[in-house]
Amino acid sequence: MLANWGYQDGSGEYFITIDTDKCDGCGKCAEVCPQNVLEIGEDPADPMRSGTVVFVSEKQRQKLRFTCSPCKSYLTAKSGSASSRPSPETLAHELKNLCCVMVCEKEAIGHSW
Amino acid sequence: MITAGIDIGGKDVKVVVLKDGIIVARTKAAGGFEPGKVAGDLLENAAKNASISVKGIERIGVTGSGKKYAPPHNVDITEIGAAAKGATFAIPSARTVVDSGAEDSRGIKVENGSVKDFATNDKCAAGAGAFCESMARALELTLEDFGKISLGSDKPVAINAQCAVFAESEVVSLVNSKTPKESIARAVNDALAERVVAMVKRIGVEKDVVVVGGLAKNAGYLDALNRGFNTDVLVPEYPEYIGALGAALAAAEQ
Amino acid sequence: MLTGDVAVVAETKEDNNELWRWKESRWTNPDIDWRAGSIISAGIDVGSVSTQCVIMVDGELYAYASLRSGSGSADSAWKGTNKALEGTGMTVDNWDYCVGTGYGRVLIPMSKRAITEIACHGRGANWMYGPRIRTILDMGGQDCKVIRIDERGKLLNFVMNDKCAAGAGRGMEVFADFVGVPIIEVGERSFDIDDEPKPVSSTCVIFAKSEAAGLLREGWDVNKVLAAYCSATASRVMELMKRVGLEPELAITGGIAKNRGVSERIEKQCGMKFIPKKWHNPEYEQKSVPFDTQIAGAVGAALFARALKEKEKGK
Repeated sequence: MLANWGYQDGSGEYFITIDTDKCDGCGKCAEVCPQNVLEIGEDPADPMRSGTVVFVSEKQRQKLRFTCSPCKSYLTAKSGSASSRPSPETLAHELKNLCCVMVCEKEAIGHSW
Repeated sequence: MITAGIDIGGKDVKVVVLKDGIIVARTKAAGGFEPGKVAGDLLENAAKNASISVKGIERIGVTGSGKKYAPPHNVDITEIGAAAKGATFAIPSARTVVDSGAEDSRGIKVENGSVKDFATNDKCAAGAGAFCESMARALELTLEDFGKISLGSDKPVAINAQCAVFAESEVVSLVNSKTPKESIARAVNDALAERVVAMVKRIGVEKDVVVVGGLAKNAGYLDALNRGFNTDVLVPEYPEYIGALGAALAAAEQ
Repeated sequence: MLTGDVAVVAETKEDNNELWRWKESRWTNPDIDWRAGSIISAGIDVGSVSTQCVIMVDGELYAYASLRSGSGSADSAWKGTNKALEGTGMTVDNWDYCVGTGYGRVLIPMSKRAITEIACHGRGANWMYGPRIRTILDMGGQDCKVIRIDERGKLLNFVMNDKCAAGAGRGMEVFADFVGVPIIEVGERSFDIDDEPKPVSSTCVIFAKSEAAGLLREGWDVNKVLAAYCSATASRVMELMKRVGLEPELAITGGIAKNRGVSERIEKQCGMKFIPKKWHNPEYEQKSVPFDTQIAGAVGAALFARALKEKEKGK
């Protein structure tokens, strides 16, 4: 299952997607996150699933744009045009280098921005 | 040389008249539905205040989200550029400029008055002055008083909603349950500052941090920024005129 | 006015404007003798605006109630429960298992377990509409969810947005109020126009209000302004739907389903139609059991309750 945690507002869309079919609840991404965005626990979206899975903590779901900011220095004018949006190539590259993404051996976690 | 700068913002129009590097007049008014006309009127008022005729203004620079409504002028400059120029002119040690307006917020990295990098919070009222405006209204306070009273609280209450509309309901509910206005005001300023600080951190925070724009007159917001940046931010005199000042400077350069 | 554990809504205006949002309803199945049943499971969905209680006997719909939320989760849960139990002779002591869901799910005193709305809504929609349903759009006053499920009602993909008022019914309320149109009229009036206008460009409802004021000053008819806002709302919902994937059949639930100004524009934008509101179970359809999409969450909760009870019994 693909769980898209985050939100859409006037300024854009900010989602962290967890593929719970791939996630084995190892917790490495939660450990490495400098902002305590991620939590390990019972799957909030699948009550019948045994075992743990990673998800975005409830407090952070509406704040992702700001909480994840420290890891997203690529989202400034320097890395893109005046609208501070990097090129698709730059973005694709940066998204792979996020520490939570890099530490996941199952490729179960991804950011949309 | 005499130049003028017009900043047509989301809420107010600001005009500054510069004579040989000295500000000789500044004036502002709500843009309302005819910001262009307001700009023209303000230009005349400013000229009168400076004891010159409007024709005596040699060059006019324009900035702001509403610059397309401006009367005839010589130079267009982006809000980012204007804030950078104006802030550096007012406080030469500025390295990080935080421009907080009614409808958007900007973080600008400046070096020798020119823009090295920037980030913005726009298109969402929760990231800009409109957030405080809604809450100040809900608390039945002017923006200035709203800012002041928030300093009187060291017991902020949580505001969970990250949206200006939802937060306003939360505030109404807090007021109805007799939460002190100081605590609510502080929570609102803290929440907005948190979002602005996070945005500015994207470009890296380097001292001196200079805060400009209308929101720089909100003492509670400044206090929250100090805590968020872990440094004392600097605010120039008449911070809401920095954009217009930058436009006037740009007009003088060319 | 609600307390802190259930999200606050706008201060209520005249009830007649809001009645369509939380009309009270209840129903009992006349053909079931609950005393003869094996497992009695219940689902309670406490939302910020409305609360539903669904009671099932061996997986058959026995009774349900839908009403306006009270002054807190526990109060709302009791109101819903008592309404559903009305005239049945049943009490909560007869329940074998109860699952709570919705915003106030962790504070429902008579529930044994709390399960998120997303899981319950998917399960419930699958049960009500049938296995053909794959994509559900649910937009209420406070949030918007898009859920994709498989033929058994298991979640495949979802998005839930409760951060931004413009992405929920609340934005529509604020906008309608600003232009002075009762929300129940928005849909109809948005189609009483000459040409479909461009959507409003402001994606935040606070800024959209200023934009609307400008348009009205330019001479735009109010209906045209409504159309522009409905169109913008439909576009932003489409973004969420595209993220999750638009697999037919599509269902629409929640307050948005009552606003054709948005729902029809979504259909036009995605080139698909929302499935008609019909029971999958032919018996229920024949007996004209009221099909209220609002109960989908509570239905799912009651189904989970039954499954969990069976698991307990070691079946």
